[in-house]
Amino acid sequence: MTSLVLLEFDDSGIKQPSRSAVAAATALGEVHVLVAGINLSIASAAAAKLPGVAKVLAADNPALDHLLAEPTAALLLAMAPAYSHILAATTAVGKNVMPRLAALLDVQPISDIAGVEDADTFIRPIYAGNGLATVKSSDSKKIITVRAASFDPVAVDGGNAPTESVSVGDLPGLSKFVSAELSKSERPELTAARVVISGGRGMQNGENFKLIEPIADKLGAAVGASRAAVDAGFVPNEYQVGQTGKIVAPELYIAVGISGAIQHLAGMKDSKVIVAINKDEEAPIFQVADYGLVADLFTALPELAAELERS
Amino acid sequence: MKILVPVKRVVDYNVKVRVKTDGSGIETSGVKMSMNPFDEIAVEEAVRLKEKGVATEIVAVSMGVPQCAETIRTALAMGADRGILVESDAELQPLAVAKLLKALADQEKPQIIILGKQAIDDDMSATGQMLAALLGWSQGTFASKVAVEGDTLTVTREVDGGLETVALTLPAIVTTDLRLNEPRYASLPNIMKARKKPIANVKPADLGVDTTPRLTVLKVAEPPKRKAGQKVGSVAELVGKLKTEAKVI
Repeated sequence: MTSLVLLEFDDSGIKQPSRSAVAAATALGEVHVLVAGINLSIASAAAAKLPGVAKVLAADNPALDHLLAEPTAALLLAMAPAYSHILAATTAVGKNVMPRLAALLDVQPISDIAGVEDADTFIRPIYAGNGLATVKSSDSKKIITVRAASFDPVAVDGGNAPTESVSVGDLPGLSKFVSAELSKSERPELTAARVVISGGRGMQNGENFKLIEPIADKLGAAVGASRAAVDAGFVPNEYQVGQTGKIVAPELYIAVGISGAIQHLAGMKDSKVIVAINKDEEAPIFQVADYGLVADLFTALPELAAELERS
Repeated sequence: MKILVPVKRVVDYNVKVRVKTDGSGIETSGVKMSMNPFDEIAVEEAVRLKEKGVATEIVAVSMGVPQCAETIRTALAMGADRGILVESDAELQPLAVAKLLKALADQEKPQIIILGKQAIDDDMSATGQMLAALLGWSQGTFASKVAVEGDTLTVTREVDGGLETVALTLPAIVTTDLRLNEPRYASLPNIMKARKKPIANVKPADLGVDTTPRLTVLKVAEPPKRKAGQKVGSVAELVGKLKTEAKVI
């Protein structure tokens, strides 16, 4: 039984959610990984070093740049006969590509798994994480996306897998990449950060998110936001933590001016330690927080920055 | 151009769902049901495309128990022109739904199908992408902006690091993200008008689709509960505890 994992990468190597997908695949048997796109030398080398990877497959083709769903699913379909399981992380790419692949294979995909019971049986959250369903698939091939926050990523180093190039046949040209507007930040990615500090509606406007920055700098934290803050236009969509945004499980999650709507809790309640700062002591966020501070954030945040600076 | 909008009847997003004590699923009896919120955004976008003169007809489709007709009625009140109910008491998983929608798309020949990016019950986020695959169409998922020009559909997508824009050849699939639009409330006159709009009723067998589920739910469990922790009196105390007690900073 061999699994294939579709990896996502950037200039610095294999992205952390993909390394979590490799970790999930390792529980199922031998693991091969696929890097696809252009200029694959850094990505191939990084993939070969992942512990537990038996083989790296590199598909170098301009049509695969940006991993658009139509060509990527077509490539995976051609590779599928050799594999029992094909996995990707539950990211914008994984969610876009994998169901398309599944339909091409006449398979019901298993989305966003949080646990592996056996080769056919998986645990996945439903209803925004208010239920954990154990599901058994009767399909002969399993197409899976992996909730990164539920699997410790494999290390970046330790393996030494051979790399083979994959011959890419005709790929559909139904869609074209036009442009990307990606936020540039020195901070870690939300889903990979050890510490996350998020602001909610209580921040009142985008300008006030500056109060969070010195704290994030000091703690090496990623900055997130509740859906309310994103909908109000305080910060861009990629900041959103929650059921329909990013799912995070850092060691420390600090929620500032966030009331704690169910859909936000769904995105962060697996964090190891949760801190809530809110002036409303009845806010539901305090029901999940390990440490709650009832305070006005406009005084608490500068104090927190100063306190961290001092220590 | 015709637009097809599939809408799903789900437990209302305001309801605090409970896992059944026997672990067989989520308690849905006596619970308020509504249109999946992402599907409301899909209906709204279709109606806006009609108001702009891009679309000429909007067909709303729902699948499942007879009460799904109410969900279609909501779409009709928002501005869809007619409905199709695929009636079935059996569980319909995304693969089956995608196959049923493909059969309907073959009959109706829409140029655009707009779906919600995920249903808030099973959280699968799969039907739109699967339908695109079965039809051999392009897909613009997690859309925050949609523009039609000739036979090209430009879709701005919410991706992990920000936004990505793709150009799709029509016909195409769009799945909606939260910030695509703000759905309208149906006005009373429009709710009245919607009562007169036609809803066709078909069965999966009429469409020649085998809807047998591929996933069996063995059990549904409550997630581990987090206990409320302690209140701290000051920022200094908080930092102290994070250092010495939680040891996370």
